[in-house]
Amino acid sequence: MAEPLLQVKNLSVSFQQDTVVDAIDFDIYGGESFALVGESGSGKSITALSVLRLLPNNANIQADSIALKGQNMLTIPEIDFCRWRGRRIGLIFQDPMSSLNPVMTIGAQIAEVIRLHFTLKPADIEQRVLELLQQVEIPAPERRMQEYPHQLSGGLRQRVMIAIALAGRPELLIADEPTTALDVTIQAQVLALLKKIQQQTGMALWLISHDLALVSNMADRIAVMEKGVIVETAPSTAFFKQPKHPYSRKLLAALPDIRHCLGKTATPSTPLLQVNDFKVWYPIHKGLFKRVVDHVRAVDGVSFSLQQGKTLALVGESGCGKTTLGKALLNLVPATGGRVWFDGVDLGQLSDEALRRKRAEIQMIFQDPFAAMNPRMLIADIIAEGLQALRPEISAEQRRQKVLHLLEQVELPASSAIRYPHEFSGGQRQRICIARALAVSPKLIICDEPTSALDVSVQAQILRLLQDLQQQQRLSYLFITHDLAVVGEIADEVAVIYQGKIVEMGAARQVLTAPQHPYTQTLLKAVPELKVT
Amino acid sequence: MVILWTDGLIFTLVLAIAISVGMMLRKPHFKRPLAKITQSKTSMVSLVILLCFAGVGLLDSVHYKDSRTGEIISLLDHVAKPLTEQTERTYSAPFSAYLYSKEMIIHDDGREKWDYPRLKYGAAHLDNPAQQKWPDILSKAAIGLGKGVLLALLLYLVFWMIRGRKSAEPYRPASKAALLTLFAIISLFYMLAYLSHWYHVLGTDKVGEDVFYQTLKSIRTGLVIGTLTTLMMLPLAIGFGIMAGFFRGWVDDVIQFIYTTLNSIPGVLLIAASILMVQVYMANHPEQFASVLIRADMRLLFLCLILGVTSWTGLCRMLRAETLKVREMEFVQAAESLGVTRPTILIRHILPNVMHIVLISVVLDFSSLVLAEAVLSYINIGVDPTTYSWGNMINGARLEMARDPVVWWPLSAAFLFMFTLVLAANLFADTVRNAFDPRRAEHG
Repeated sequence: MAEPLLQVKNLSVSFQQDTVVDAIDFDIYGGESFALVGESGSGKSITALSVLRLLPNNANIQADSIALKGQNMLTIPEIDFCRWRGRRIGLIFQDPMSSLNPVMTIGAQIAEVIRLHFTLKPADIEQRVLELLQQVEIPAPERRMQEYPHQLSGGLRQRVMIAIALAGRPELLIADEPTTALDVTIQAQVLALLKKIQQQTGMALWLISHDLALVSNMADRIAVMEKGVIVETAPSTAFFKQPKHPYSRKLLAALPDIRHCLGKTATPSTPLLQVNDFKVWYPIHKGLFKRVVDHVRAVDGVSFSLQQGKTLALVGESGCGKTTLGKALLNLVPATGGRVWFDGVDLGQLSDEALRRKRAEIQMIFQDPFAAMNPRMLIADIIAEGLQALRPEISAEQRRQKVLHLLEQVELPASSAIRYPHEFSGGQRQRICIARALAVSPKLIICDEPTSALDVSVQAQILRLLQDLQQQQRLSYLFITHDLAVVGEIADEVAVIYQGKIVEMGAARQVLTAPQHPYTQTLLKAVPELKVT
Repeated sequence: MVILWTDGLIFTLVLAIAISVGMMLRKPHFKRPLAKITQSKTSMVSLVILLCFAGVGLLDSVHYKDSRTGEIISLLDHVAKPLTEQTERTYSAPFSAYLYSKEMIIHDDGREKWDYPRLKYGAAHLDNPAQQKWPDILSKAAIGLGKGVLLALLLYLVFWMIRGRKSAEPYRPASKAALLTLFAIISLFYMLAYLSHWYHVLGTDKVGEDVFYQTLKSIRTGLVIGTLTTLMMLPLAIGFGIMAGFFRGWVDDVIQFIYTTLNSIPGVLLIAASILMVQVYMANHPEQFASVLIRADMRLLFLCLILGVTSWTGLCRMLRAETLKVREMEFVQAAESLGVTRPTILIRHILPNVMHIVLISVVLDFSSLVLAEAVLSYINIGVDPTTYSWGNMINGARLEMARDPVVWWPLSAAFLFMFTLVLAANLFADTVRNAFDPRRAEHG
C-alpha cells in the first residue's frame, strides 16, 4: 500500500495520573474516509486534538511519531506548526454555534482563514469565499456572506464551518462529531455534502463519531476505541460483516433498530390519557405598552390518546414543540387551551390541591441526567422527595425501605442511597431519575429524550429497564424523542409532530414502515441505517 | 457582670455556630466535607489563627464592673491591666526608651536641656539604655519565648492526656500544621506579653497609650463589624434575592424597585443621617446610657445595623440572577412535577444551590466592612471615637504620616493585624467552599 498520509505511532495522552489515550497506532491514507468510533470518554476527541496539538498545557502527550506525509509533526516548532493547522489539516467541531464568532459576518470569518494561508488580492479573496460557499451548497451565497452566525440555521452554520475548514485546501479534514448537534434530516444533508466534497477534492476525511450507523454509511475503514485503546481496526465492510473484538460486537448489538417495531402486536387497552385540541402559545410583546401582537404557536391544537400500559412516541425534530407539549401536560408550562382527560378525570375541572395530587400520577424523566438532580442532596433524599411531599404521613423508616426497594428495582446497589449524584455515571443517574419518578407510583411517565445524552450501550440498558418496568407495573410512557431507531425499539404507537401539529399518528409498525405524510417519509429516509453488505 | 448589646449578639452567634456545627457532625453527608476541611493544611492553619482572633475578641466581650474604680471593663482589660496603666505622655517608637518628641528637660542640678526625655515606663529599669537596651531586650525575649514554649508544651500535655491513649494513631499532616501554628502563636504571644512588662512593644500613640493594647482591643470591633453586619444583611439579601428570582412577576418588580431605590441613595448619606439620629437620641435620653462604654457600644451596634441595611443590595442582585438560573434547572421542574410545594422547593432546592455565593460574598464583605468602618470613622460617622478600632487607628495615621520623622507604628500594627485576620478568613472560606461544593469535590 502507498505511504500513509497521517501516521500515528504509539501515541499516549495523560492528564496528571489519568491516562486518556494509551499507546495507540493508526494510519490514514490519502483520499480515504477513516472513522474513529467510541463511546463518550473513550478518548477519541483527545486523540484528534493531540494530533493538532490543541490540548491544554496540563496534557502530557507522548508518541514515537505523528507524521503527515512522512514529516514528523512532533519536531516542528509551534510557530511553524500554526501554518499547518487549517492549511494542511482542517477541523470541524461538533457545535457550529460555539465555534463561530457571533460578531463577525460569516464571509469575514472565511476570508480570515484564506488571508492567513494565501497571499491574494482582496477581490480574489472575495471570489474564493463565494466559491467555497457554493461548494458547501449554501443558497444565495452573495447575500449569506454578509450575514451573522445567529441569522443562520444549525445546518447552514455547520456548512459554514466546513467552508472554513476547506478554505486552506487541507489534505486531511478532521470532523469531530460533525452532525451530533443537528436534526436527522439536516444530518443526512451535511453527510452527503461531506462525501461529495471529499470526492471532488480527494482529501482524506477523519471522522470521529459515536454513531455506528452513521459511520457505516461514510467510512472506508473503521477503528474502534475503548477506554483509550484502539481495540479493532478493519475495513468498513469486513467490520460490519464480522466484528472481531467482543467490544465491537457489544456496540453493534446495542444499536437500536427501527425494524424491531415489526415484532410488536397491538392489544387494545383502556385509554389513560386523552388530549384534545391542546395548545401552548407564547405571546409576542411589542411596543411601548407590551401589546400582544402575535403568538409563537409552540403546540398548536394537538389531539391524541394514550392507552394504559402502552408507549406513545412523540417524534419530531428540534423546535417542533414536543418537549413543550410534555411540560405543559405536567403544568410546568401553562397551557393556552385544550382539554386533558387523565384516568377518566378532566384535569381542567379539578381544584388546585386536587390537581397537584392528580398530576403527581404523571411523572417526567428528563434528557440531561446531570441537571435533573439537585447536586446537594443525597440520592435517598432525592428519591424520597415525592413521597415526602405527597404522603407526609409515612414514617422515615418506611420511606427508607421504599427507597431501598426502588433502588433495587432500577438495579442499583443499596449503598447508593447515601451518596451524591456526582458520584454516578450518566446511565446510573438516569436510573436514579427513573426511581424518583416511580416513587410516587405514577400511571404515566413522560420520557423527554431520556437516552439521547447517553452512550449506545447504556441507552440499550435504560430502554430495557423501561420496558421491564412497563410490563411489571403496567406503566404508560409518553416517549418524546428525535431518534426513530429508538422509537422502533420501544413504541407501540407513534405521533409525528411538525411545527406544533401532529402530522401523522398510528401504530408504530404502520408509521415506520409505510409512512403516509411526506414529512414522515423524509424523516425516515434521513435515518442512517446500518449498512450490512 | 454587665452584658452589652453587642456582647449578647456575639455570644448568641457563637452559640448558633456551635449548635449548627454539632448538628452537621451528626449527619454523614455533612461529616465528609467537614473531614475534608480538617484534612487541608491551609484551612487548619487559618482556622487556628481565626480562632485565636475570636478568642481575644470573646475575651474582650465579657464585661463586668470593676469593684475598685466602678468602671465597666472586660476580661481582656483585666488581663492586660499593666498596659492600660502604663501610659506615656505622647508618641514613642516600639521598644524605645525615649519619647518621640523633644521636651525641655530639667536635670537634678537645675540644668535645662532641649532633648528627648526618658519614658516613664518603657525601658525605665535601665540606667544606660544606649548600651543596655538591646542585650536586655534579647535576654528578656529569650526568657519570654522560653516560658511561652513551656506554656505551650504544658497545654499540649494536657491536650494529649485528654485525647489520651485511646487513639494511638499518628497525627495527620493537617493537624500537625494546626498544632504547630497554635504552638507558635502561644509562644510568640507570650513573649510579647512578657516583653510588654518593660517595653512598649508596638510603641505608644499620641496620648501615650500602648499601641499593642489598642490593636488587641480593636480585634473585637473588627469582628463585631464583620459578623454582626453580615447577620443583619443576610436575611434581607437571601430572602429578597431568591424570592425575586423564583417567583418573578410582581414580586420581582417590587423587590427590584426597593433595591434600586436604596442603591440610588448615597449610602454614606443614609449612614450619616441614622448615626446622627442615634446621637440625638442618646443626647436626649442620657439616663439610658449610663457610661461612655454603653454609648459607644450602642453606636457600634447601630453602625452594624445601618451598614447591613445599605449593603444587602449587591448580594441580593447576585442571588436573584443565580436563582433565575437555578429555577430553570430540571431538578426544580422534577420537584414541581412531584407535587413538592413552592416554599419547600425554595428552601430545599434553590437555597442550597446559591449558598456558595453567600459564603463567598460574606467573606469578601468581611474585609470590605472592616475597611468601610475605617472610611466612616474618617468622616466621623463611624464607630465612637472612644472605641478602639483599626479604623480609628488608620484614621489617626493620616496626621501621623504627615509628621517628620514619620510615626509609622500605629498604622503598621493595625495593618498587620487586619491583614492577618482577613487573609486567614479568605483562605479558610476558600477551603470551606471547595469542600461543600459537590462539583468541586470530585476533583479532590
